[in-house]
Amino acid sequence: MTFDPRKIRVGDTMPVLALAPISRTTLALFAGASGDHNPIHIDIDFAHKAGMKDVFAHGMLSMAYLARALAEWVPQRRVLRYGVRFAAITQLGDRIQCSGKVVEKLDHDGRPCARIELTVAKRSGEVTLAGEALVALD
Amino acid sequence: MIDKKHIGYAPPAVLWDVEKGRIAFFAKVIGLTDPIHTDDVAARAAGYRGIVAPPTFIFGAPGDSGETMKLIETLEIDLGKVLHGEQRFDYHAPVCAGDTLRFESRVSDIYDKKGGALEFVVNGTKVTNQLGEHVADLHSVIVVRHG
Repeated sequence: MTFDPRKIRVGDTMPVLALAPISRTTLALFAGASGDHNPIHIDIDFAHKAGMKDVFAHGMLSMAYLARALAEWVPQRRVLRYGVRFAAITQLGDRIQCSGKVVEKLDHDGRPCARIELTVAKRSGEVTLAGEALVALD
Repeated sequence: MIDKKHIGYAPPAVLWDVEKGRIAFFAKVIGLTDPIHTDDVAARAAGYRGIVAPPTFIFGAPGDSGETMKLIETLEIDLGKVLHGEQRFDYHAPVCAGDTLRFESRVSDIYDKKGGALEFVVNGTKVTNQLGEHVADLHSVIVVRHG
């Protein structure tokens, strides 16, 4: 559904963004692009020593994908606040998808805004990221 | 246990250059194809000062500067036990290629749950640019899991 700030209503949904299975290549590239070089995401030996079965995705990778899904719907300059809680670890091979729904229209610092509830979930339905954005409608 | 004396820990401000090549790389990795992230003309046509950083791009600064690792070392946290708990951005002005941003961060709280099995470090960062604009605030919670 096209985002029209004059017509947006509670219950409107953001187009779903379904992503390819998480790969080691993506984690390596995201480490470089994001500046997060924590070896837990790129070095299986380090992950083993830390008691994990394998490397796992950066939480910020999912947050970046979710921001992409939002930005492909709402122009970035309208986004006033974007926050998430990381609920579960995303493993290699997981297929995640990003979704969102307008849950409230409100005033924020004197500006008309919509509050959009945002979710990243695995195919199993397990939620990995739960968050929200405030977008300006003026 | 993380010593609560670190509440209030505020390292010196960090300056971070916003590079267009890095923005293009970041956009490509996450599949953002809007030309405002790669093409100066498209970005200006869309009303920006220049190529626009994607929404979470500025989180790269504390990693690049070594600030994240320094915080983990200062608080004597085992890196292998760290998880990102929460992250929030409040945006006040666009961040564009060519900007030099200033990051001022402070640990605002340290607490634990489940009898110390989980510890939480709350960090807030004010981001300003070379024009003196307050561009964003970052709110981060890191989780340290024991056992």
